[in-house]
Amino acid sequence: MGQITLTDIKKSFGAIDVLHDVNLHIDDGELVVFVGPSGCGKSTLLRVIAGLEKVTGGSIDIDGRRVNDVTAAERGLAMVFQSYALYPHMTVRQNLAFGLENSKMPKAEITERVGEAARMLEIDAYLDRRPGQLSGGQRQRVAIGRAIVRRPVAFLLDEPLSNLDAELRVSTRAELAALHARLSSTMIYVTHDQVEAMTLADRIVVMRAGRIEQVGTPLDLYNTPANRFVAGFIGAPHMNFLQGEVAERTGDSAIVTVAGGVRVHLHPVEGSMEKGQKLTVGVRPQHLVISADPTSPKVKLRLVEALGSETVIHGEINGERLMAVLPGQQRYRAGDEVPLDLEAAPLHLFDENGMRIFSTPGTQRRLSA
Amino acid sequence: MTPPAAGSPAPSRSFASILLAPVKLVMGIIDVPLRALQKATGISGMAIFFLAPNMLIFGIFVLLPLAINFVYSMTGGTAFFLADRTFIGLDQYDRLFECSNYLDPMSCQEDAFWTAVGNTGWFVVLQVTLMILVALGTALILNRKLRARSFWRAVFFFPVLLSPVVVGLIWKWILQRQGLLNFALFEMGIEPHNWLTDRTWAFVAAVGVSIWAHMGFYALILLAGLQAIPKDLYEAAEMDGTKASRVFWRITLPLLAPNLLVVVVLALIKAVQVFDEVYVLTGGGPGTSTMFLTQYIYETGFASQLRNPGLAAAASILMGLVLVVLTLLQLGIGRKTEPKGGKK
Amino acid sequence: MGAASRFIFRRRGGKGWHWTDIVTWVWLVGGLLIMFGPAVWLGFSSFKSPAALAEFPPTILPYVTQQVNVEGYEQPLALYEASLPDGSTQVLAEVRRIGIVSQMVDPNAPGEIIRVNIGDRTPVRTMSFATENYTEPFVQFDFVQYLWNSVFVTVTATLITLVVNSMAAFALSKYEFKGRSVAMLIILATLMVPLSVIMVPLYSIISAIGLFNNLWGVILPTVATPTGVFILRQYMLTIPDELIDAARMDKASEWQIYWRIVLPLAAPALAVLAIFSVVWRWNDFLWPLIVLSRRELYTLQVGLSIYAGELNVQWHFILAMTVVTMIPVVLVFIFLQRFITTGIAGTGLK
Ligand SMILES: Nc1ncnc2c1ncn2[C@@H]1O[C@H](COP(=O)(O)OP(=O)(O)O)[C@@H](O)[C@H]1O
Ligand SMILES: [Mg+2]
Repeated sequence: MGQITLTDIKKSFGAIDVLHDVNLHIDDGELVVFVGPSGCGKSTLLRVIAGLEKVTGGSIDIDGRRVNDVTAAERGLAMVFQSYALYPHMTVRQNLAFGLENSKMPKAEITERVGEAARMLEIDAYLDRRPGQLSGGQRQRVAIGRAIVRRPVAFLLDEPLSNLDAELRVSTRAELAALHARLSSTMIYVTHDQVEAMTLADRIVVMRAGRIEQVGTPLDLYNTPANRFVAGFIGAPHMNFLQGEVAERTGDSAIVTVAGGVRVHLHPVEGSMEKGQKLTVGVRPQHLVISADPTSPKVKLRLVEALGSETVIHGEINGERLMAVLPGQQRYRAGDEVPLDLEAAPLHLFDENGMRIFSTPGTQRRLSA
Repeated sequence: MTPPAAGSPAPSRSFASILLAPVKLVMGIIDVPLRALQKATGISGMAIFFLAPNMLIFGIFVLLPLAINFVYSMTGGTAFFLADRTFIGLDQYDRLFECSNYLDPMSCQEDAFWTAVGNTGWFVVLQVTLMILVALGTALILNRKLRARSFWRAVFFFPVLLSPVVVGLIWKWILQRQGLLNFALFEMGIEPHNWLTDRTWAFVAAVGVSIWAHMGFYALILLAGLQAIPKDLYEAAEMDGTKASRVFWRITLPLLAPNLLVVVVLALIKAVQVFDEVYVLTGGGPGTSTMFLTQYIYETGFASQLRNPGLAAAASILMGLVLVVLTLLQLGIGRKTEPKGGKK
Repeated sequence: MGAASRFIFRRRGGKGWHWTDIVTWVWLVGGLLIMFGPAVWLGFSSFKSPAALAEFPPTILPYVTQQVNVEGYEQPLALYEASLPDGSTQVLAEVRRIGIVSQMVDPNAPGEIIRVNIGDRTPVRTMSFATENYTEPFVQFDFVQYLWNSVFVTVTATLITLVVNSMAAFALSKYEFKGRSVAMLIILATLMVPLSVIMVPLYSIISAIGLFNNLWGVILPTVATPTGVFILRQYMLTIPDELIDAARMDKASEWQIYWRIVLPLAAPALAVLAIFSVVWRWNDFLWPLIVLSRRELYTLQVGLSIYAGELNVQWHFILAMTVVTMIPVVLVFIFLQRFITTGIAGTGLK
């Protein structure tokens, strides 16, 4: 129970198309995270699934039943809203019971379910308070509790942590993960924060401008991003992108010139690359290492951020910007020139359309493996 | 105070919840057919349902009269039902504008109308000007560092709530021959007057009483405007050693201007319709010296022996035109302050 | 007293008197007298007997000349304090007055007539509240009926106003539907349509549907007030849409959303509208004057104005009934003034 299938979902508000042909299958018990920049249509997709918005085209199936024309109330889903949307004039208890009363559930069962959810979320002490008398974290729990008592087919959560402060967000995130493990029901979780997505998701759906860019497990997305957008979106700090060109291509190896002249040897190579082809080379800041070879291309440092456990350097190589996260404390200062080993890092090559050609494993990983 | 055990029923039923029980029952019963309606028509159908009662009442009692007023003004006779009235085209308007000398209202066929127009014009000019000045003064004073500001604000606001009949009677009692005002003057050695039977003084009294009754409302809006001016502007001016009068002309007044404009237009709209309290105070007299447009319409339409509803309708349309202009002005100004319409 | 004078004479910044302090002081104290004075004067006057009302110069408090029943005289006699030729003063009752001489008797020894120059006697007066000014109009005239009519109109119209306008405001603030902007435009445009402009045709409509000389004819035209819709809609726009979505997910019907979520949350705006509506309807004058022509249907305002317009005005009754008419509004003022002033300042509507 709890499979959701989206087929060619389209949604427009008036003349504005917000969702374009969204296809997705979510399995029972999965925790799927929709992630993408703000305004990309995540909430709209979630509301379409919830039944709060009518689709313009396509179909939504829940457990094999087409629900396009089923109202939100009857889809058997529960939603946790970004603002929590707790009824301010009702006590916590009444907030939890409201939906159950509306479905004409016997009083005894309502009491039991409310009690159970309250215990599970440790909000039993506040049941007779109003939302206004609760802290942000407590409100958040009540909002989740309101969803839990309904025993829904699936939970829909729209940026549920975004109104919490940073510390609380981390701990609540862990609790949510534990809750999912315990309830083992389907959850769809919307966030614009890729860290949240990476830590929580069974699968991540990356969206941009109303389209799904890539669907996969967090490590899939990290290791083999399907395009430049996903590569740039997943991982912090963002991946470095350098302009490149294929200088030579022979058999399963190639030489690519990057950032105006730095030659990088790639071996083995897959996919179609031709001599002279323009491409973008992506490398994550954490994967850059200092080269032992003083003839390696040098990065001129513009800014050094010493964070104690690591050092972030911002630099320039032949006019292109580059950022690297180096382990430990380093004695660099702005203005220094540092040799970097580009070949040791896993590299992601994207064609002119931003689609991935292939990713190298990188010698670093090879060594440690 | 230990929290009640989880899941136990609410600890006590409050008095309010017992009172609300019948309401709950009624609302629950209403909900049954409405759920069916919602199923049949969907959510947008329910929107129409919620809007319908208001629009129906509004349509019958505001929009419909507004529309048939035009037809009315083109019919003659004393009958009230439209079907019983004869169509006479623009004769009523002709009658209103029939004058031998356009500079002299008394030479018009409907001299009462033009007297009312003249009276109303003077009234509007005098009442609005003086009232806004007094209201501005009051607002400025209430905006100073005052202890018990809300008490003083209430003092000036008090007459706003009084009914026009009460206002009229209070002042009729004070202004009568043996009233309080004459007594006060007598004490100061000034000859008592028959204020309400003297043409000029009756008009002055009408203006004064109406200012007394409404000034607090406008002072309140202006005060809200003054309080919205950021305090740091005044602090900056004080740091610069700016003179108080200069602060008023260069900071207060320009920043208050939008409010002032709204208030003036609002006051104009109300002043054009002046009727009730003056009617109770003077009955429009002595003679016709305090007869205003609304009274003319009322008496022409209903109250006089020679009633002529068509003529009253024509006069009311002319008055309506003035108000439309003023209202457009107000909407134009108000647009800047009205919040954007909501989503969904 | 010390605190009061310190309060009244408080100066700007404590650096001596600035002319603006004097203006402020004069304005506030003058305002207090001018704004409250007339109503207070009305209140005191309403307790005076017709004789006391006719007196000039008037007194603030209601005094009457004291009278006694003296043996041998049928009518009660007025008491005076008279200065006698021997220099003593004595309280005497006046029997009759001839020219400038008053014939008086000692109420305790009524046999002997004492002649006193009228310049040498002053009436003995006591305070007396003429409560019959209040009781008689209710007993003799129809004022009980008027009061009831006013209460009925005010309460009924306010209840309908709240229900009908809150429903419309809900539709206009929380739904997207065809014609919403048209409805909004109509409401905004007619915010200012005054009775004076439509009273002739409105009267004919009211008579056509049989509501002439009917309290419902007074009530119905006033209940769909654009101002009410406007105030409520502005407030409901501030209720988050997510709450309504949450209720929909919670299987609430639209009607339930209206009365269980939106109405309770709009309570502050409803309270403001209720207060306004009570004051408006209680104070309505011209429209009831047109619609109601039978005495037993008059509201207080109409009844009062018609009594006050009659030829021999019985001021003692009129004043008392004016006070009665004023009382609800004064109560509203005392207890709910804050609501109203913030309501007006917030919406700019009266
Ligand atoms: N009710 C609406 N009417 C018109 N446009 C809307 C509406 N709701 C959302 N949009 C637009 O749809 C786009 C996607 O919004 P949303 O799904 O909320 O994005 P997000 O990914 O940040 O949750 C945005 O450009 C937004 O402006
Ligand atoms: Mg969103």
